[in-house]
Amino acid sequence: MDGDLMDKSGSDERKTEVSIVLCGQAGQGVQTVEFLLTRLLKLAGHHVFATKEYMSRVRGGLNSTTIRLSDRPVQAYVHRMDILVALNKGAVQHVAKRIARETIVLAESETIGDAPALKDCTLLEIPFEKIASELGNKIYSNIVAVGALAGLVGVDLDHVRSYVKRYFASKSEDVVASNVKAAEAGYAALEQISLPAGFPLEIETSDQVRKDVLLNGAEAVGLGALAGGCNFISAYPMSPSTAVLAFLARHGGDFGVVAEQAEDEIAAINMAVGAWYAGARAMVTTSGGGFALMTEGVSLAAMLETPVVIHLAQRPGPATGLPTRTEQGDLELALYAGHGEFPRIILAPGTLEDGFPLTQKAFNLADKYQVPVFILTDQYYIDSYYNTPAPDLADVRVEKHVVKTSPSYRRYEIVPEGVSPRGVPGYGDGLVVVDSDEHDEQGHITEDLDLRVRMVDKRLAKGESLMQDIVPPVLEGPENYKNLVVCWGSTYHAVKEGIARLGRSDTAMLHYKQVYPLHEDTAEYIIRADRAVVVEGNATGQFSKLIELHAGVAADDWLLKYSGLTFSAEEIADRLKDMLS
Amino acid sequence: MEANVFDMGKIDVAWCPGCGNFPILRTLKEAVAELAIEPTQLVMVSGIGQAAKIPHYLRAHVFNGLHGRALPPAAAIKAANPALTVIAESGDGDMYGEGGNHFIHCIRRNPDITNIVHDNMVYGLTKGQASPTSQRGFKTPVQVRGVCLEPFNPIAVAIALDASFVARANAQDREQTKELMKKAITHKGYALLDILQPCVTFNKLNTYQWFKDHTYYLDDSHDPHDRAAAFRKATETEKLPLGVFYISPEKPTFEECTGVYEQDPRPLYERDVDLEKLRGLIRTFEMSA
Repeated sequence: MDGDLMDKSGSDERKTEVSIVLCGQAGQGVQTVEFLLTRLLKLAGHHVFATKEYMSRVRGGLNSTTIRLSDRPVQAYVHRMDILVALNKGAVQHVAKRIARETIVLAESETIGDAPALKDCTLLEIPFEKIASELGNKIYSNIVAVGALAGLVGVDLDHVRSYVKRYFASKSEDVVASNVKAAEAGYAALEQISLPAGFPLEIETSDQVRKDVLLNGAEAVGLGALAGGCNFISAYPMSPSTAVLAFLARHGGDFGVVAEQAEDEIAAINMAVGAWYAGARAMVTTSGGGFALMTEGVSLAAMLETPVVIHLAQRPGPATGLPTRTEQGDLELALYAGHGEFPRIILAPGTLEDGFPLTQKAFNLADKYQVPVFILTDQYYIDSYYNTPAPDLADVRVEKHVVKTSPSYRRYEIVPEGVSPRGVPGYGDGLVVVDSDEHDEQGHITEDLDLRVRMVDKRLAKGESLMQDIVPPVLEGPENYKNLVVCWGSTYHAVKEGIARLGRSDTAMLHYKQVYPLHEDTAEYIIRADRAVVVEGNATGQFSKLIELHAGVAADDWLLKYSGLTFSAEEIADRLKDMLS
Repeated sequence: MEANVFDMGKIDVAWCPGCGNFPILRTLKEAVAELAIEPTQLVMVSGIGQAAKIPHYLRAHVFNGLHGRALPPAAAIKAANPALTVIAESGDGDMYGEGGNHFIHCIRRNPDITNIVHDNMVYGLTKGQASPTSQRGFKTPVQVRGVCLEPFNPIAVAIALDASFVARANAQDREQTKELMKKAITHKGYALLDILQPCVTFNKLNTYQWFKDHTYYLDDSHDPHDRAAAFRKATETEKLPLGVFYISPEKPTFEECTGVYEQDPRPLYERDVDLEKLRGLIRTFEMSA
């Protein structure tokens, strides 16, 4: 088993992994500290992971970020909190459940008061604000905190200085100098206090990490879209999906991407379908309620047999739900969205490494089969970061399936595999006629009911054809497993680390990054297990039900979570323990 | 170019005999023929309704989408390939009712498309209910006590939004309507042409004769560049003015604002992703010096 991932805080053994939580009000700078610290650690050669949970407000409230650093890849959320940086009074209360005897709290006691939760843990008093004020402005307190934290986890001061300089490079010399001073002052303040055993940490660094990229889910999806030849995105802002729109708006200029904020989600998807019709490679990005508005457009894409790529970043519903939280509750929505019967593809990246190639592939699949293709993520996936080798572009192929039309061109020519050659207006001498009504091969409206049957059969035939491109599930662990833990989408790392914590050699994990259509080996995988448990972030076991419906086998148990927070690795281990045989 | 280039040959047309859609179809074919727009360069975009079937009756590219949703794809089609002539054409229920939000924002977006609206003040395809432009008191099987909603005034709304080009026609005046169509199509930017049209089956109030009696043409004394004057004309309801109400000072189109054609005139379907550039972007996430 992976002993170093176990909680052994308090032991004398040298720590190789630590979990840091930053907590404060929205607008107080939690994100600045997170941004600086993760990059600083990564550039120092530490494996780093970060994820955040935040309230749906711009100022006030309480937000926290969990950062892990290690000498090996760390890619899941953990509940354990080795170090807490509390930026205000409420912060301690907000994360009280995570404070253990071994937790080190970095704070100024004036700010946080004497919360009961603190009575057993170690408080390291660093007067962030006082130090900052002495340097001339309270706004430097975040940088003081960065300096102190860097000292605590054993990052070299020169490295801190050089990164802070770089971060503020676009600002005036004064600003750069003041921030460097603030970081130095935080670092120095930490050196002056006595630290618990094992601190400052001495975690090995790696040159490979320095060369890695540090990405979050939104960036992985955005880069994948560019690699898929995406040149049109239309969307309406909605947490947590907006990050992909913002990414493509920011970087798309260099790649000729039309990035349009539509008046509503209905317009967004109708634009995307129109753009594909005219030869663009288009996507929408949305969440729960926004996607609900798009469902008629999904049906339109299906009837027109016009490709469309839909990034659906899930958040808890129904209705407005918890706008900034996470859930895997919209699988069935994506699966059944749109009136009428038609094929579709639903991809659900598990790792950040999946986000790039799967999104890239989504564009090729949409174009190849002329069906709606979903990329199903969630707030946790979108907002989580870690370092990973740069995506490989060697295999990137933008597969275009557009044909030049002739005068006799018929958009819906009936072909056995269902996929009629797709022309676009202005390319060739033919006319491209598409209609949301039932139509003839030309594309014109018809009420010939025999033709209707042939058209339905043609559209559904694509559902058979696209089975050849299903992304198979990934089995992690022993082939001859006794227990099988099935999961999909963003839970990949938490489940993997959770199983590792159990240290059982008879338990494997089966992760799906394409959840629909379901891979044909599913039944066999599940039947082979003495006990199969499905883990998912919703209340009704939606993927479990999908397996039952499409693979004809039922799992033995469900491990569900729907609080709005993601699974922690410990929670998976704890709850799984009693479910396995 | 002859108008018959756009003829579909023998087809089954779903309109009632005497429908105002027929003169609009004939006039449109003549207008695009006189402008020498090839069928392969013309995209007809529509929603749902009797008027929205018009793309099926004219040889051109067709995007017959969802009810109320003609304008978003029309703007996207133009943005994906600005060389195409895009006409979004549907009825008053489709454009002003179901698609009202898109109507407002399409005007703001200002794609270089022509928006032709068959305005017969009634729902035809669903058999005679009130439309957004039905007059107060108009009785229908649903509005049994008569319409009590204020009629939607597309001309006034468009001028209020500083639409790029705003005009109204009367379907039965084929020559004038053709000239207005040609102006609307050749205008750079979003152009609204609201065409008054009787529904011989479901609207016994706003008949051919009624439109004759209740309209008049704007003359040379009206300056279409005077927005306040245009708005005053738009609010006249006793007798509805016809002609070009308003032309805004030139503003950038949606396609221009996207920025993607500044360096490269090619339509999006001809383009490929620049993988070298993508490598460069990915490298920025290493954040090394």
